[in-house]
Amino acid sequence: MTYASDFVCADQADVADIAVVGAGPAGMAAAAAAARTGQRVVVLDQGFGEGGQIWRHAPGTPPAHDARSWIGRLVGSTAARRFHTSVVDLRRTESGFVLDAEQGTSPLCVQATRVVLATGARELMLPFPGWTLPGVMGVGGAQALLKMGTSVVGKRVVIAGSGPLLLPVAASLANAGAQLLLVAEQADFGVVARFGVSLWRRPSLLMQAARYRARFVSARYATGTWVSEAVGSSDVQRVTVTDGRRTETLECDLLCVGHGLVPSTELARVAGCAVSHGKVVVNAQQETSVSGVYCAGEPTGIGGADLALVEGEIAGLSAAGRGADAVRLFAERNALRRTALTMEAAFAPRAELRGVCRSDTIVCRCEDVPLGAIDPAWSSRQAKLYTRAGMGSCQGRVCGAALEFHFGWTPDTVRPPIEPVLLSTLVGRR
Amino acid sequence: MSDGATFDAIVIGAGIVGAACAEALSRDGRRVLVLDASFASSGTTAAGMGHLVAMDDSPEQLALTAYSVGLWAELAHTLPSNAEYERCGTIWVAEDDEQLEVVRAKQRVYATGGIDSHVLDARGIAEAEPHLRPGLAGGLLVPSDAVVYQPQAALHLLREATARGATIREGCRVREVMPSGVRLESGETISADIVVNAAGAEAATLTPDLPVVPRKGHLVITDRHPGMVSHQLVELGYLKSAHTMSAESVAFNLQPRATGQVLIGSSRELVGWDASINHGIVRRMLQRARDFMPALANVSLLRTWTGFRPATPDKLPLIGAWERVPGLWIATGHEGLGIASALGTAQILADLIAGRASAIDAAAYAPSRVLSKPSAGVAA
Amino acid sequence: MSDSVRITVDERRVDVVVGTSVAAALLGIGTTAFRVSVTGASRGPLCGMGICHECRVTIDGVAHRRACMVAVADGMQVITGAASHA
Repeated sequence: MTYASDFVCADQADVADIAVVGAGPAGMAAAAAAARTGQRVVVLDQGFGEGGQIWRHAPGTPPAHDARSWIGRLVGSTAARRFHTSVVDLRRTESGFVLDAEQGTSPLCVQATRVVLATGARELMLPFPGWTLPGVMGVGGAQALLKMGTSVVGKRVVIAGSGPLLLPVAASLANAGAQLLLVAEQADFGVVARFGVSLWRRPSLLMQAARYRARFVSARYATGTWVSEAVGSSDVQRVTVTDGRRTETLECDLLCVGHGLVPSTELARVAGCAVSHGKVVVNAQQETSVSGVYCAGEPTGIGGADLALVEGEIAGLSAAGRGADAVRLFAERNALRRTALTMEAAFAPRAELRGVCRSDTIVCRCEDVPLGAIDPAWSSRQAKLYTRAGMGSCQGRVCGAALEFHFGWTPDTVRPPIEPVLLSTLVGRR
Repeated sequence: MSDGATFDAIVIGAGIVGAACAEALSRDGRRVLVLDASFASSGTTAAGMGHLVAMDDSPEQLALTAYSVGLWAELAHTLPSNAEYERCGTIWVAEDDEQLEVVRAKQRVYATGGIDSHVLDARGIAEAEPHLRPGLAGGLLVPSDAVVYQPQAALHLLREATARGATIREGCRVREVMPSGVRLESGETISADIVVNAAGAEAATLTPDLPVVPRKGHLVITDRHPGMVSHQLVELGYLKSAHTMSAESVAFNLQPRATGQVLIGSSRELVGWDASINHGIVRRMLQRARDFMPALANVSLLRTWTGFRPATPDKLPLIGAWERVPGLWIATGHEGLGIASALGTAQILADLIAGRASAIDAAAYAPSRVLSKPSAGVAA
Repeated sequence: MSDSVRITVDERRVDVVVGTSVAAALLGIGTTAFRVSVTGASRGPLCGMGICHECRVTIDGVAHRRACMVAVADGMQVITGAASHA
């Protein structure tokens, strides 16, 4: 049997002018803007429906208030939408780009002239003793599971970590019937207060914080406090928190720990886009270093939904050849970016978070590699080769950021597939 | 500047072959220095399949690989568990009766090389590997073949060498091989009466007349699917793929790993040093794998990568003295058999250097064989 | 009254509201151990969004499916790590 070694799509392909990867705020704004200009747009998203992570809602339940008009704009547009779709490779072809994707367990291949990457972000998870126990989740993780039907009624919950997600998620869990024991922010009070002060330019964010605070007045909110250990037999039963001087142990059923967000840049990197300090590099039109590939939202730098919406609209218009129409949005985007950079600096994880780990604390959860198995003198490539850290199912997404925090390693080159993919997806159905 | 330490032997390259040479030379009581431009096993060794296989494409290849696989079996009990040595055997797969005849002939060739193997009929191969597609004619089971996780095996060999006084310097690129010594990129010179070029696919950058070229391969590894595959499975066409220098070829080659992951290969192409993933070749490779094992359709693929095999025109490695440069010895050119042949190569080299008779006739691997021919590069 | 579907989890029949993720369905019946790690430890969902791969279960015969990314469907067969040694 002979095969062409450069054929494009194994099976039938979706053909579009613009492929948008991600249906969160940035992707929705990009797709709606591009579709309005008459371009053929297809949106690909891993999730159950529109909204991304921040505006996640279970199918059949109403979306968050802020999300409704944007979801309405996308759904009402001519853009085609494909959910449960993971894009595993993005390659340039003679006429544009091809995206290899998997929808459920089936291949889905898309050919497009231009691509907008709105691949969002994920939580920064840092290891601590006991973090692998069932019942220990991310902060956004708990929120996501809650939205997809998990009950937390009567569960004793401790929320810890860092950043603006802690309060809204605490409020959601409290509203859903959880018994909120403690919210522990690792940043010091001074930092949090300064963050509050520096938000005077963004009153809507400040209002949100106060609103959430009021909803769960009975729970304690501690700053300069972090988790040193979780303990349990088959599930988490107790958590110990510390402020560096005193410790306190609480019995809990659910421990949510997350340290803010990290851009998801794998698809941009596999396509050859330049990335700097973990962020996809884009110009004023939101175009990456790869001509025809645009990027908007969290992958260009964590900045929340407002910034993602503006960047998305700019990217959609630019990809549609209407870059001039996007110029009116630049001022708002640039202002929102300034705020975003302020928040990033404020909530960076403190050095003590390295010290809570012991030599038997697992750092790579997929391959059960403990911290002590990794020689700090190694490069990330050596650690991978000698211990398999980062070589498991999550392809280094969880441990990569953790190992960067512990050892200063920067991520390796990315090769396709950027998500685990079924063999039948890559070779196509016969 | 050198720190004043003196060495009897410098081994260039801390891949599996360099590590094995360091171990063998230190066992002979020599003070060994191993130099690697990056870190141990960072080159071809990192990318390989770790298949310890007796390969019968020529009597000389069979002699070397059989000898070396035997040495691996002796080493096995001292290897740490993370080297994952497993004597799982190889099955060469016969798709039809014509191939089954080839298999019978192969069994006889193996026998001349002292390798025991068993012809499997249709039922035999189905019992040995239930997930192979129905309707295969049979195969050849070679029970003495094994697999190993070679980065850890190389580290083990280097530890054995350092326990006998060897020194390893990583991040140390050799710029030039001189008579009885080397000059590093840093300018530092180090002397030793014995210099071993074990630099693998890059060997010709140090010894320009070595006819070693990079032959690129792809591999794909799956998530854990225990029980999918029990032996290393290779199609008979593999030999044709490996041992003709065509532009591009793909051959079915599957390996069970101790983790329960399946390693899927193989491909060959000559594209210089382009390490990028060739999507079309990967697809062909995976399609071929699914042809042989339909159950692979639902395995989860985690990673693809490429590596460069050091290939020579006559398919045999270069093991022995390089007469053009006093004190220089060569240990490279193993194509896809570097890991399998490493221990045999190192022992032969140590024997030649010591003036001992080696366990097998090493004349066929002598680097001097290329010097009598014009250096026209690799024949097509 | 919400629509519900019937799925099987480790041979246990469970009725689940439409739109629930498989991960939420498992948590809802008290399953906290979704898979067994390479050194034999129980693991459950961590990130809730398909990044961490801790929630992998076998769904309708296909292994390593992220439970948090799949919606329940009528007749779905789910096998968790304790049963399938994934």
